Amino acid sequence: MALSLKVAFWATLFALPPGIFVAVALARWRFPGREIVNGLVHLPLVLPPVVTGYLLLMTFGTRGWLGGALAEIGVVFAFRWTGAALAAGIMGFPLLVRAIRLSVEAVDPKLEQAAATLGASRPWVFLTVTLPLILPGVIAGGVLAFAKAMGEFGATITFVSNIPGETQTLPLAVHNFMQVPGAEASAWRLVVVALVVAMGALLLSEWLSRRVAARVAGR
Amino acid sequence: MTLDVALVMKLGGFTLDLAFAAPPGITVLYGRSGSGKTSIINAVAGLARPDAGRITVEGEVLFDSRAGVNMPAHKRRMGCIFQDARLFPHLTVAQNLAYGRWFSKTGPEEARVVEMLGIGPLLARRPGGLSGGERQRVAIGRALMAGPRMLLADEPLAALDEARKAEILPYFERLRDEMGVPVLYVSHSPAEVARLATTVVAIDAGQVVRQGPAADVLGDPQVTPLGPRAAGTVLEARVLAHHKDGLSELDAGGLRLHLPAVRHKEGALLRVHIQAADVMLATHRPQGVSALNVWPARVTELRMGTGPGAIAKLDAGGQVVLARITRRSAEALDLAPGREVFAVLKAVSVAPESVA
Repeated sequence: MALSLKVAFWATLFALPPGIFVAVALARWRFPGREIVNGLVHLPLVLPPVVTGYLLLMTFGTRGWLGGALAEIGVVFAFRWTGAALAAGIMGFPLLVRAIRLSVEAVDPKLEQAAATLGASRPWVFLTVTLPLILPGVIAGGVLAFAKAMGEFGATITFVSNIPGETQTLPLAVHNFMQVPGAEASAWRLVVVALVVAMGALLLSEWLSRRVAARVAGR
Repeated sequence: MTLDVALVMKLGGFTLDLAFAAPPGITVLYGRSGSGKTSIINAVAGLARPDAGRITVEGEVLFDSRAGVNMPAHKRRMGCIFQDARLFPHLTVAQNLAYGRWFSKTGPEEARVVEMLGIGPLLARRPGGLSGGERQRVAIGRALMAGPRMLLADEPLAALDEARKAEILPYFERLRDEMGVPVLYVSHSPAEVARLATTVVAIDAGQVVRQGPAADVLGDPQVTPLGPRAAGTVLEARVLAHHKDGLSELDAGGLRLHLPAVRHKEGALLRVHIQAADVMLATHRPQGVSALNVWPARVTELRMGTGPGAIAKLDAGGQVVLARITRRSAEALDLAPGREVFAVLKAVSVAPESVA
């Protein structure tokens, strides 16, 4: 359980900055290959999770083309909890980007222009105007990604297997208990925990978004 | 502080191709909606890129297509006041005011700006709860606080109702008279032009029709960028006396004016906008007429319109007055340059918002 939270937390945290970047790029910039980037981002949403996991294994596995290089500098994903976080992050990424992109599109570029005429350079405009205004979307996207990370099964089990204490997240554990006769009670315990966490996350995000949205609307 | 603008810019249906200079004071870009005025403001602010041209302020180049110079908006120090205020909704009024200052590190004292605009009670509030007029005042303050070289105001009153307009206009006058910040002001309202403009740049079909002091440009019957209906002149007048029956008597360089009570003190100098359509002409001094202002005048120019109308430019005791009449009347009265007439103006036709 704690492992699941840890995996989901880091997955979301690391997905946020690139998620915001990609969302802004897709919402605001016109560049060649924009549709391709858009497609790539959404791929994990439509691809069978097992396929995503397999691709991750090929890429980041110990013998994968990136995994080998990363291993040399001490970053190992394969069969570690970090790998579970990577898989969870990638699976949650489309949800994150979609939510943030919607909120970026809702920001009036005229406000950013006004900030520029007041002396704010592009990075400052982003930090002081765009980012605060898209915060509700960022929170909503973050919670969705977190929930997705908590529940991610297929890509995780394919990529980093089901190692108790290392990569066995909550859904994998539930799956395990279901394979063992007489462990229904344990499975049920985990199911209840999952329900409570999911419901709590939803309520929290709803409350946070509403507060931030009110603030951003200038009330 | 002078702004020099020369630009070519392809817009939707036409091409903007013009040059003008904005000396200190308030320079009003005057033209009908859709004549490209906002694009000029955006080009000066650095929010839009002209196809060609050169924009300099005090000799510093902001844009020069030939030299390949295009200074980004945030380095230009041009304070913008937009029609839709564009306050940052996530910041309080005080934070909005401080925003530009934080980048420029210069600018007028906050207390002075807050006092001038009367926005002290709003400081802790958020823009969402402000009225249109309050928002626009805060927007003026925000632009001022950044210590801009110049203010660019893009129809700042267009989104407000008449009462709110009357509330904001005086602040622009104070800006002109007290702050000494030059202003480039876009408007299609003759009343605003008459009240505020030091210099008028009349724009029509993407070109400058005429530029010069307000009285000259508005007094030229050839220049009616908004059509002859909006023609009118500006008189500078001094308040002589307030009469008991609710009228004020003013002197405009020898011309006696009777108007509904103005709020200015005796001796104060003010501008009166007289619409050409409110002025009537007579060949003899009218007898038994209710109108209070009857001035001997001489026709100096007669412009026949393409429709049934005509505009006569008059010299009334040294002041320029325009009269919009029908062509039939012009012919019936045998009007022509040099002809002596009497100009008649009803006191009540001069609305309070035409007096500043």
